[in-house]
Amino acid sequence: MKASVLFLLVVLTMTVALGSAGAETRLRMATTTSTEDSGLLKVLLPPFEKANKCKVDVLSTGTGKALKHGENGDVDVVFVHARKAEDKFVADGFGIDRKDVMHNDYVIVGPKADPAGVKSAKTAVEVFKKLAEGKAEFISRGDKSGTHMQEQAIWKAAGIEPKGKWYVEAGQGMGNVLQMAFDKKAYTIADRGTFLTFMNKIDLVVLFEGDKSLFNPYGIIAVNPKKHPKVNYELAKKLIDYVTGPEGQKVIADFKQNGKQVFFPDAIK
Amino acid sequence: MDFLLEGIVAAFRLIVGLDQEVYAIVFLSVRVSVLATVYASLLGIPPGVWVALHQFRGKGALLLCLNTLMALPTVVVGVFMYGLISRRGVFGELDLLFAPGGIVLGLTALIVPLVMNLTIAAIHATDPRLVTTCRALGATGFQTSWKVVQEAGFAVIAAVVVAFGRVISEVGIAMMLGGNIRGYTRTITTAIALETSKGEFALGMALGIILLLVSAGVNAALFLLQRRQRW
Repeated sequence: MKASVLFLLVVLTMTVALGSAGAETRLRMATTTSTEDSGLLKVLLPPFEKANKCKVDVLSTGTGKALKHGENGDVDVVFVHARKAEDKFVADGFGIDRKDVMHNDYVIVGPKADPAGVKSAKTAVEVFKKLAEGKAEFISRGDKSGTHMQEQAIWKAAGIEPKGKWYVEAGQGMGNVLQMAFDKKAYTIADRGTFLTFMNKIDLVVLFEGDKSLFNPYGIIAVNPKKHPKVNYELAKKLIDYVTGPEGQKVIADFKQNGKQVFFPDAIK
Repeated sequence: MDFLLEGIVAAFRLIVGLDQEVYAIVFLSVRVSVLATVYASLLGIPPGVWVALHQFRGKGALLLCLNTLMALPTVVVGVFMYGLISRRGVFGELDLLFAPGGIVLGLTALIVPLVMNLTIAAIHATDPRLVTTCRALGATGFQTSWKVVQEAGFAVIAAVVVAFGRVISEVGIAMMLGGNIRGYTRTITTAIALETSKGEFALGMALGIILLLVSAGVNAALFLLQRRQRW
């Protein structure tokens, strides 16, 4: 027994000693899966980290949860896409200095055969009406992410309350949902960035795109230091200035996935 | 079948290729799991021994409670701890959320009941005459406890092994309290969840194989320790 106690103590001291190295400034950013999974942040953040000698910790979740983390003061800055929810976040006093960063768009994807015949639709609302009429299987994110909120807005505009066996609420991230739609030969709505990343892995095609209601703008917001004095507002502000400044905007414009531009910078008109 | 094969090949490549990110992930997993296991052992074994050796009112209720807590779902611990260590929570000032410390805290809370309960069971399984003999020979309470723990050593170490297995394979707490931050709080299990959600099944599988190798290594170390104990 003595030997094992000694062994545990040695391990304990070793792990603690090795673990406490490096106390650089850390900035916490909550963002959506689309910015992280597309690989954009991997090229966007390093120049900022280098210039400010800090480390940006990225928490990638859905927009709803990212904003919740901001409300709780557990992150310093949020980078999300759900304009209405963002405006509420700012109006409620949780966020300040909101800025437009970039946009891309949503696409409605499904099996090539298109059993519900949505290809011929003129608007996204019409697409959703056809899906509901044909009871074509549709996978919803169901997780209060930006994409989910957008989807709900379209259902609302179509005057439909989606219910029934054909409407599957996955409660998962975009990647999982695309995978599920592929496995079940179902339809779904996806942000173009994630779809471009996944295109090679799944056999789904874009069936509808280009409608105004599929516009997908991204915003960046600092968490209000008046609500949460412990947040690193100064560095958050610097990050906002960088992302919306010429250097960050150029990185966004130059970022490509499978040879296609994914995000379109908006900050500099 | 393809996935499995690809996974094995990818695992081999990750291990041999000395991929720095992968090593950092593995190291963090081992670090938080070992720390949580050590803390839980320190917090769980002594009270477990005490409870096992004493009779008191409410002991039955306590055991029932511990048995229930053994089945505690990790997400429940996760959400409860989130409420405590969020900046809005009571311990928000400690800055534990979305840091390795938060994961260690959550994992420790998860396995303290487990360690305690299995310790109690281990002590109960020893020959009751041992305690009487120790007392008859004039041993203090502490000396008696120590003797009993020595006697039950094998089973107590088994409790620690089980606890370690539970934390290193745990994903809910690591995800909720750590946040799966690249290069900071990403553990093997959260990395697997992430890679799978990105459709990188082979990479997820590879990490899974690495996880198994790591637990095999740790368990082998404890096994050797146990064997030495016998003499």
